[in-house]
Amino acid sequence: MPVAEIVFWLVAAFTIISASFVVLNNQLLYSAIALLFSLFGVAGLYIFLWADFIAGIQLIVYIGGINVLIIFGIMLTNKISSVRLSQTNVQQGVGAVIALWLMILISLVISKTPWLQIESSEPSETVSVIGTLLLSKYLLPFEAISLLLLGALIGAALLSREAT
Amino acid sequence: MFIDYSLYILFLPLLAFVIQIFFGKKLPRQGDWVSILAIVSSLVLAVIMFASMISGYDPNFKQEASFTWIDMGEFKIRLGFLVDNLTIIMLLVVTLISTCTHLFSTEYLKGDIRYSRYFAYLGLFTFSMNGIVLANNLISMYMFWELVGVSSYLLIGHWFEKKSAADASKKAFLTNRVGDIGFFIGIMLIYNAIGSFAFGDIFNGVASEMITGTTLTLAGVGLFMGAMGKSSQFPLHIWLPDAMEGPTPVSALMHAATMVAAGVYLAVRIFPILTPDALLVVAYVGGFTALFAASIAITQRDIKKVLAYSTVSQLGYMILAVGTGVYTAAFFHLLTHAMFKANLFYGSGSVIHSMHHALHEKHDHDTDPQDMMNMGGFRKKMPITHWSMFLSTLAIAGVPFFSGFLSKDAILAGTLSFAQHHPQHFLLPVFGFGAALITAFYMFRMMFLTFYGKSQMPELIDDIHESPKIMTGPLVLLGGLSFFIWYTLPYFNFMSSHGWFTDLVVPKDSSVPGNPSADYISKGAHHAHHLAMYLSIAVAFIGIFLSWTFYIKKSLSAEAWSKRLRLLYRWSQNKYYFDENYNKYLYQPTLRLAKKVAWVDWELYDKYFINGFGRLTNLASRVAGKFDYDGIDQVLVDGTAKIANFLGSLLKTVQTGKLQNYVLYVTCGLIILMIIQTF
Amino acid sequence: MDQLNNYLYISAILFSLGTFAVMTRRNGIAVLMGVELILNAANINFVAFSRFGGMNMDGHIFSLFVIVLAAAEAAVALAIVINIYNNLHTINVDDAALLKE
Repeated sequence: MPVAEIVFWLVAAFTIISASFVVLNNQLLYSAIALLFSLFGVAGLYIFLWADFIAGIQLIVYIGGINVLIIFGIMLTNKISSVRLSQTNVQQGVGAVIALWLMILISLVISKTPWLQIESSEPSETVSVIGTLLLSKYLLPFEAISLLLLGALIGAALLSREAT
Repeated sequence: MFIDYSLYILFLPLLAFVIQIFFGKKLPRQGDWVSILAIVSSLVLAVIMFASMISGYDPNFKQEASFTWIDMGEFKIRLGFLVDNLTIIMLLVVTLISTCTHLFSTEYLKGDIRYSRYFAYLGLFTFSMNGIVLANNLISMYMFWELVGVSSYLLIGHWFEKKSAADASKKAFLTNRVGDIGFFIGIMLIYNAIGSFAFGDIFNGVASEMITGTTLTLAGVGLFMGAMGKSSQFPLHIWLPDAMEGPTPVSALMHAATMVAAGVYLAVRIFPILTPDALLVVAYVGGFTALFAASIAITQRDIKKVLAYSTVSQLGYMILAVGTGVYTAAFFHLLTHAMFKANLFYGSGSVIHSMHHALHEKHDHDTDPQDMMNMGGFRKKMPITHWSMFLSTLAIAGVPFFSGFLSKDAILAGTLSFAQHHPQHFLLPVFGFGAALITAFYMFRMMFLTFYGKSQMPELIDDIHESPKIMTGPLVLLGGLSFFIWYTLPYFNFMSSHGWFTDLVVPKDSSVPGNPSADYISKGAHHAHHLAMYLSIAVAFIGIFLSWTFYIKKSLSAEAWSKRLRLLYRWSQNKYYFDENYNKYLYQPTLRLAKKVAWVDWELYDKYFINGFGRLTNLASRVAGKFDYDGIDQVLVDGTAKIANFLGSLLKTVQTGKLQNYVLYVTCGLIILMIIQTF
Repeated sequence: MDQLNNYLYISAILFSLGTFAVMTRRNGIAVLMGVELILNAANINFVAFSRFGGMNMDGHIFSLFVIVLAAAEAAVALAIVINIYNNLHTINVDDAALLKE
């Protein structure tokens, strides 16, 4: 097995194990930190998929932004020293079964579908192509999502401010 | 080197603006030295550029730099800078006058509450004007054009506590906007036809007939409308006299080098695309404005109003020159006019300043310090102001050996030759020479009333003093620049404008096919030169002589004549009732129309149409309501509701209100769907 | 690493884990983390299809949009969670069932 292959499997395993930690750990803060590693792993996968720009955005937005936000949320709402309650609800058993089923079914679908695949070579750079697409073909969605971000910004500010 | 230097010249005042607006109040001396440092560095760079232009002595010198501003596939906008001889001269003029204004203002606005903000706006103003000068395309010119509009608004309204100042700034801004609409339409017409904003592309496009005929005429007139607004040409001249509400140094800057010069500069730049029809419009607007504004200036009592109308009149000259084809003469007049008119404004500022102080000593707050009827006999008290203003007055009146003579003569020669080729347009030289006569008259009237004769308020005269050195410095400098010699170097001829300017700014052929060539025009002007010269000397001296008999010798009584020509006198003094007529025939009818429309909307439409609908609906809904209640509600709806109620109580058990239950159900559903699909 | 299916399996696992978290965790923030995992799974699919479908960049654009949406969603969701915490002094999603009545 070439080194790249080994690294790939390591990254994949790392991602999945971290994700399981996120889901199964009882300490919320540990979950958040495991999520961080999992997101890191996903960024690694992106690099294997020749999507260097997306990987960068993943690092900046997910890890730098969203994950920090989540940790903030935990800090703001949970007293760390508070009594440890059960972190899962009564559906735990049923949920586990259903999630397992879901995974098995999706995997079945994946293995049974003859995916269309086109050979291609690694592009020299993706950023300029993405930039051009964003400002030409996807200009309208781009503008729409910018409006959405603005709305989310205002909404979040409105929701979280002190009631007066 | 030229592009780099011009960028420094452009952005240094902007830097000063930013520093001043944010930190001005905290800096020592309210930061005026920051602005002065920036503008003086700009001036030094402009002088260096000017010197290397003179040493290069290349009439075809041109440097261009551009970059892509917007690039979206087919749609591209490139912005850039163009440096040629015209630009370099203009940069020098703007930075020189701006520097003088900065220096002058340190004294004139001493102790003003918005001292640092004033200097910030001066920087912004200079920046935007330099932007216009440097633009190599219409779109960035338009942007800087609007910036000039904004900064003039800010500066005219500097003392916005005064209602008249606030109104004047609004008026200036809105009147300019009228012209700018035309400007924008012109830009769009040209872009639509040629697909580029850059001057070079536009000239080539016009030459290759990508845009012709009426469209081109309309585009040219549209662009010229912008120039009309900024250069306050008839009928958009109304803002400029009111703009005197701003501080006097600003008036000097605005009416000599920056704002109003922008219009002429635009007209000169777009000259190659003006069709013969558009040129005629330009010529008539300019010529008429020249005479018309001069005739108003005769009767004004406010020293700044006289200068304001004289500015309008002189701008009319320049526009007239563009219209008759001698557009380099227009630019030459712009150059000489900038120097002597700025000087006249500084001089009037100096006079007003000392009047103000004298009145302040006497605790007299009712007398208008700008009214010439309160002045007189200041010659001995303010010798420097007097002499420097006297030189500039000689220049503007068109007396030989002074700068104004050369440029005015060039314009009048062009006009005369145009009328010789087209006798049906004989009115144009009549406008020109008539305005020259009146100009000489009213300028000397202003000088005589202010500096000569007996003081009208003898109790004041002891308190009138010469202004401090920082104010007289610019006066001496610009007064000296009123002599012919600076403009005709290296030839020392005082009879024609031949000099470094005519060598370096050579008229180019119009791009419009069929327009007369530059050579043809300049030959014609050359032929008419001598006749024009004698005529203009004659009218200048007649004007001065008349003024002398009226106001010094007093063998003719000004009062008696004003009574004899009462109607004309009243018209002129009231500026031909333009503001009143605009108010009566433009603003008021618009307001009345709006009120009528509002009345129709409310009284007829709302009350009868909309409310009628309401009543009709009301009736119909009553009928429907009865049927609805008895027929449908009791049987059908209640029956359905009972069924739904029963079913609901069954399904209620599923409705736990717990979100995660729902997610569970959804996932179950998903799994079932997948099983159905896959197997 | 040159197999489309590998990526899809990883994505499927992440997706199921995310779903499990959404269904079973009591803490609102933990639910949010589950949602993030689901979105990441979808993103991996987008990029993977883009890579194996002839390096078609549209997939990248979509994943970009998803990331932006996730950011917006996280901001709003956390604002809501904090609001609930301020009002009910808990962030257990079970307790936020006022709509039931």
